[in-house]
Amino acid sequence: MVQPASGESAVIELTGIERRFQVGDQVVAALRGVDLTLGDGDYAAVMGPSGSGKSTLLNILGLLDRPDAGTYALGGVETTSLNEERRARLRRERIGFIFQSFHLIPRLTAAGNVELPLTLAGVAPKERRERVAAALDALGLTPRAHHRPDQLSGGQRQRVAIARATVMAPELILADEPTGNLDRASGEEVIRALEGLNARGLTLILVTHDPVLGGRARRRIRMADGAVAEDLCA
Amino acid sequence: MRLRDTLGFAFQALGSHSARTWLTLLAVGLGTAAVVLLSALGEGARAYVEDEFTQLGTHLLIVFPGRNETTGGPPPLLGETARDLTLDDALALTRARGVARLAPLSVGQAKVSAGSREREVNIIGTTADFLGVRHLSMAQGQFLPPGDPTRGHAVVVLGKTLASELFGHHQAVGGWVRIGERRFRVTGILADTGQSLGDTLDDLAIIPVASAQALFNSPGLFRILVEARGRSALPGAEAAIKDLIRARHEGEDDVTVITQDAMLATFDKILKALTLAVAGIGAISLAVAGVLIMNVMLVSVSQRTAEVGLLKALGAAQGQVAALFIAEALLLAGAGTLAGLGLALGAVQGFNGIFTSFQLVIPAWAPIAAVAVSLGSGLVFGLAPALRAARLDPVVALTGR
Ligand SMILES: Nc1ncnc2c1ncn2[C@@H]1O[C@H](COP(=O)(O)OP(=O)(O)OP(=O)(O)O)[C@@H](O)[C@H]1O
Ligand SMILES: [Mg+2]
Repeated sequence: MVQPASGESAVIELTGIERRFQVGDQVVAALRGVDLTLGDGDYAAVMGPSGSGKSTLLNILGLLDRPDAGTYALGGVETTSLNEERRARLRRERIGFIFQSFHLIPRLTAAGNVELPLTLAGVAPKERRERVAAALDALGLTPRAHHRPDQLSGGQRQRVAIARATVMAPELILADEPTGNLDRASGEEVIRALEGLNARGLTLILVTHDPVLGGRARRRIRMADGAVAEDLCA
Repeated sequence: MRLRDTLGFAFQALGSHSARTWLTLLAVGLGTAAVVLLSALGEGARAYVEDEFTQLGTHLLIVFPGRNETTGGPPPLLGETARDLTLDDALALTRARGVARLAPLSVGQAKVSAGSREREVNIIGTTADFLGVRHLSMAQGQFLPPGDPTRGHAVVVLGKTLASELFGHHQAVGGWVRIGERRFRVTGILADTGQSLGDTLDDLAIIPVASAQALFNSPGLFRILVEARGRSALPGAEAAIKDLIRARHEGEDDVTVITQDAMLATFDKILKALTLAVAGIGAISLAVAGVLIMNVMLVSVSQRTAEVGLLKALGAAQGQVAALFIAEALLLAGAGTLAGLGLALGAVQGFNGIFTSFQLVIPAWAPIAAVAVSLGSGLVFGLAPALRAARLDPVVALTGR
């Protein structure tokens, strides 16, 4: 068990996390007793074979899923006992998601997609426009602001998704195979954008199958069969 | 989330699956138009009847032979049938309190012929006052002569249609027609009356009441039209008529007196009920359109599962997701209703422009009811799909498992 780098406060504390799925009359244990602590500003890569529980872990970290057992404290707040409303609020304010398949809304422009979290949070239109413009600018997407997703390349789409994940200024970015659908060059662009966020102090957790990408992270967590098999700190 | 943003998001979502949206709008629009048009038809009929009654004169009483109300006694046995209402009764009524003038009516059908042309029409036997009591006027010649109503002169007044069918382009006034066994001289032709409560006065012959009684071989009158001295004289006249007839009929209350107002009120009630009934049928079609809204929303939710998952990942609570989909259903219902109201308004104006004798009248409550039913069914039928979306498990929704 590797502790977070000294001097950093823990942003994530998982203890004894279990997650089981009922498939027919069989029970699949996707996570069995995961303990994990991540510090503020950490950069962790989660690797491991297919079916080892990486996505399940990320979904629990993102409060999209609830563990069957164990506790999860996010920024000092114990989350497993919170109601759905409070968990939605934590997602909105503290967590940014990036998915392998982008999950952009096709009828909305790049700016519209980036604006969505602000709209859901009830931010005033004027402030929304300013923050959207800033988020798009930070990812070099200003010329593409009024393009719809089908008019953008894969790398551009994923950068729009990153802009959307950061526009609410969260402290935690969760990315599940963000480069899985991209060619090398676009993937490299996206990873650099994510590392740029980490450099500004955001905690970054990246699920990847690519050992080269994984190797760039300061912290490398290897999952196997629903448990943490290896946890290396650079 | 702000209401404006909720509506804006819902609007964009609707725009993105336009074929389904348009079809649903069409259904809601037609349902709304049905409610408004059907009630406009009913209200138009009511206004039409009211208008006709007022044309007849507002202080009219009608005396029928026979009792109208059932008193619970045994049915009249043989020989106990109601006494006829006779011409003498009518003449006596002219002296009753509150009565201005009256016209006895004896009605039947007979063949009327002139030369080789023959028609079977309604024959009305009455007196000179009929013209004034019914507010009629002459196109040509004179109406029946005043004078002793018990004398059956051989004169006839023809309705406009009948006159032209019997005489063609020839001069009818002064000519002769044969009714039954008797020859009658044509003294006049009625002016065009149009429809009057459904039965036209254009296709009949009017002869002196005594002549009609002889023709039909019956002393009984069909009814007596009585004009009271004024609206306020109506109740007094009604009582006086009943008293007088009772005295003449050996204490029997064997006539029915109906006032114009009572008849109007009855028609009014019937037509109002009818209007509500047809509007209700329209409302059902509108509710059915609500089922279509539900269908569209269910398809929408299942096609946009990933989007719902994303919204939740971005921090939308269940209530917010539900609100987005309910807003969509309400937008569909609202826009469809607006279009339907426009359609109905246009149709009513078009109809009223073409047909001048019968006008459609949209009652004020109809659009309000249509909007209420439409939004209500949008809400009710939008609720289930919205809740389904709100309860989606975000992980399942995002991975499409
Ligand atoms: N909703 C679910 N229902 C049933 N089984 C599930 C569900 N989600 C995950 N599992 C199972 O849990 C295990 C872990 O799945 P998970 O998606 O976390 O793997 P992963 O490490 O992300 O794999 P991959 O690299 O292929 O994405 C698998 O055996 C999977 O079949
Ligand atoms: Mg996975």
